[in-house]
Amino acid sequence: MQGPDTTLQVSVWRGRADGGFQRYAVPREGSQTVLDIVTWIQRRLDPSLAYRFACRVGMCGSCAMTVNGVARWTCRTHVETVVQDDRLEIAPLANLPIVRDLVTDMREFFDKWARARGQFKPTATRHDDFAQVRPDSPARQAVDAAIECIGCAVCYAACDVVAWNPDYLGPAALNRAWTLQRDTRDGAHAERLAAVAGDAGCHACHTHASCTERCPKHLSPTGSIAGLKRATTLAVLKGEL
Amino acid sequence: MSARAEARAWVAQRVSAAVLAVCVAVHLATMILAVHGGLSAAAILGRTRGSVAWATFYGLFVVAVAIHAPLGLRTVAAEWLGWRGRAANLVWCAVGILLLGLGARAVAAVAL
Repeated sequence: MQGPDTTLQVSVWRGRADGGFQRYAVPREGSQTVLDIVTWIQRRLDPSLAYRFACRVGMCGSCAMTVNGVARWTCRTHVETVVQDDRLEIAPLANLPIVRDLVTDMREFFDKWARARGQFKPTATRHDDFAQVRPDSPARQAVDAAIECIGCAVCYAACDVVAWNPDYLGPAALNRAWTLQRDTRDGAHAERLAAVAGDAGCHACHTHASCTERCPKHLSPTGSIAGLKRATTLAVLKGEL
Repeated sequence: MSARAEARAWVAQRVSAAVLAVCVAVHLATMILAVHGGLSAAAILGRTRGSVAWATFYGLFVVAVAIHAPLGLRTVAAEWLGWRGRAANLVWCAVGILLLGLGARAVAAVAL
């Protein structure tokens, strides 16, 4: 199909929000990932290109970018999966302020995590016996289904509601909140429910499921948010919220 | 609106949607039957005037619409026009009251 003498025309976002796409010619190789492309440009063509990566093997989520309009992990995206007519467009993740080039400011993403009370609140002390949590209990299974999130922000970048509603906590924060709501050891259930309710919380989700479609860990924030909707509705009907 | 109030509004939106699903279906069926049956306006009014059943059905329909439509438009306006806040909430509240008034007037016109 394509040999080593094929050249890719790669458009890469340079600058801040008021920047623009810059074209680079990158030789096409076999088994090439988009991260390989970005790295090649930075090493051979333009050392001023700023981008993030760490593990480069699909574990850390640092390399998330927008490739041909879609948020994905660049180390896990083979060029042949996304290339169109030997062209590629690489931009920073959407819905986040751009620091420079392909690097986004992730602070708001993690601030919303905190605002959703995405932290465990312990109830036991070292003097208590170990908590008994059966792995096959429905509550723990619900937690296990959603716990593997590594905070890569691909879901946040893919979400329409995040784009339309600046206060919306977003799929990752709400997904994490759900895992804690189903954790029998956690002691902040009531406060967390109040934190995730409302127009900035789970009730803003329109179940477009872009988050679930794009999650590289195959999680379902849509399902977690549906769980939060059920929990808040029950609380409203019981007069607890 | 507080998060609590917004959560309640969301539940109200869902409940009114369920009511509307039934009301709209019945209403459409009724309209189609009436038109195909060749009923005149006088004939229709002959059936609705003094009818507790029709008054109740359309009264419920009006209440459901008065809840559902403003809340829905509020979300659309917030997401597409960025229109949020106290002023927006007051306007949508007023729209709801207006719909309730206009609807009640219409129900009274055919049922009383």
